[in-house]
Amino acid sequence: MTTIGVLALQGAVREHLRAVKACGANAIEIKRKEQLAEIDGLILPGGESTTIRRLIDSYDFFDAIQDFGKQGKPIFGTCAGMILMATAIKDQDTAHLKLIDMEVARNAFGRQVASFEADVEVHGIAADFNAVFIRAPYVVKAGPDVEILATYNEHIVTVRQGNYLATAFHPELTDDNRMIAYFVQMVKKAVAST
Amino acid sequence: MSHTGTERVKRGMAEMQKGGVIMDVVNAEQAKIAEEAGAVAVMALERVPSDIRAAGGVARMADPTITEEVLNAVSIPVMAKARIGHITEARVLEAMGVDYIDESEVLTPADDVYHINKSDYTVPFVCGCRNLGEAARRIGEGASMLRTKGEPGTGNIVEAVRHMRQVQSEIRKLTAMSRDEVMTYAKEIGAPFELLIEIREDGRLPVVNFAAGGIATPSDAALMMELGADGVFVGSGIFKSANPAKFAKAIVEATTHYRDYKLIAELSKDLGVAMKGIEMSTIEAHDRMQDRSE
Repeated sequence: MTTIGVLALQGAVREHLRAVKACGANAIEIKRKEQLAEIDGLILPGGESTTIRRLIDSYDFFDAIQDFGKQGKPIFGTCAGMILMATAIKDQDTAHLKLIDMEVARNAFGRQVASFEADVEVHGIAADFNAVFIRAPYVVKAGPDVEILATYNEHIVTVRQGNYLATAFHPELTDDNRMIAYFVQMVKKAVAST
Repeated sequence: MSHTGTERVKRGMAEMQKGGVIMDVVNAEQAKIAEEAGAVAVMALERVPSDIRAAGGVARMADPTITEEVLNAVSIPVMAKARIGHITEARVLEAMGVDYIDESEVLTPADDVYHINKSDYTVPFVCGCRNLGEAARRIGEGASMLRTKGEPGTGNIVEAVRHMRQVQSEIRKLTAMSRDEVMTYAKEIGAPFELLIEIREDGRLPVVNFAAGGIATPSDAALMMELGADGVFVGSGIFKSANPAKFAKAIVEATTHYRDYKLIAELSKDLGVAMKGIEMSTIEAHDRMQDRSE
């Protein structure tokens, strides 16, 4: 059975575990880098990106996650996860895991009072996805190899580059599991091709 | 069509804070230390609870200069406290763009009968609770996040433990009840019936519940996680300690890895003196902040 891990350092871990299980895959919490060997795909959940990055460093996850991706195993980042995957962050000198060739802006829609829900069309996945944006980032610039799957008010909010997928919103906070199901399919295909 | 301030957006914000530490700060410098240490949010205050306790008198919403200074200093969310029932303080904080409001018993209540109707606001609220009835009433009023009350500013974990255990135990009791028993239970604990039915179905509260009020060491934070807290608030503990930066980092790591006891032992070494703390029986009844609201 396909097993998907959720990086469980901080953030909305439980919701992702629930959604992955609802899509018929195995879901486990990843707290130690050694556990990456047990999984076929990894989710970087929403939370506070600065906090998660600090804990990634404390527990030596940095290279381990990059290596996981280089092996062709799929990684899906939501909100803070999207920030962690970007090669550049607006108004910051440094970025984090640099998995997707894109520049993101943090808290791009504003502070919490500006957080919102809206229907978003995600190409090939859902025509009307109820997307929950919480102090969300968006993609300011995407590289030539990055596939843009969704925009909201002309801002890029969902991207894919090879085995990497990222959304600015939180697909795990609703009962609409289509986004997670899409990632589960990516993982299954990756497993089948190895 | 987009919607701001929905229940999902407000509760979701708190979900993103899970497994994290929210730290009390009184200026930009402390806020930056907290962010650097890995705090998921900071609480902007004029004084930390132990100083409020020492100062006495009426404690109010912080001077907006301080809140603004903190808002501008960090990129993590900023919370701020309004007095219980003080509709205007809450509206002022909302207008300033604060990310979360704590309707808090740490400040002197403005209304000794009614809490704020939090559903009216775009900004989410966190409130304290000592038991399931209190938790359910706050959720009924629109709180998007809960925390134990504990006894703030004491550095004594015993009340936070009591409140966390109480809520958990009442939820377990509720899940074993038949539907007809729930109505009587709702009456007994003064909780909305429909909400209790929902909690009974899910086996948990519909919002996150953090621990607060008396957390003074990394082990205290880990203990609260062990008891089922979704995360922790640390008030006076950090910036009243000898080495705040080191202390803050240790609390963050102990919260994440709350069952890694060897790690907690390492984290707890050479932290310097923790805040002195107050034994509960030495606090006069009128000085107990947790009893300021129900």
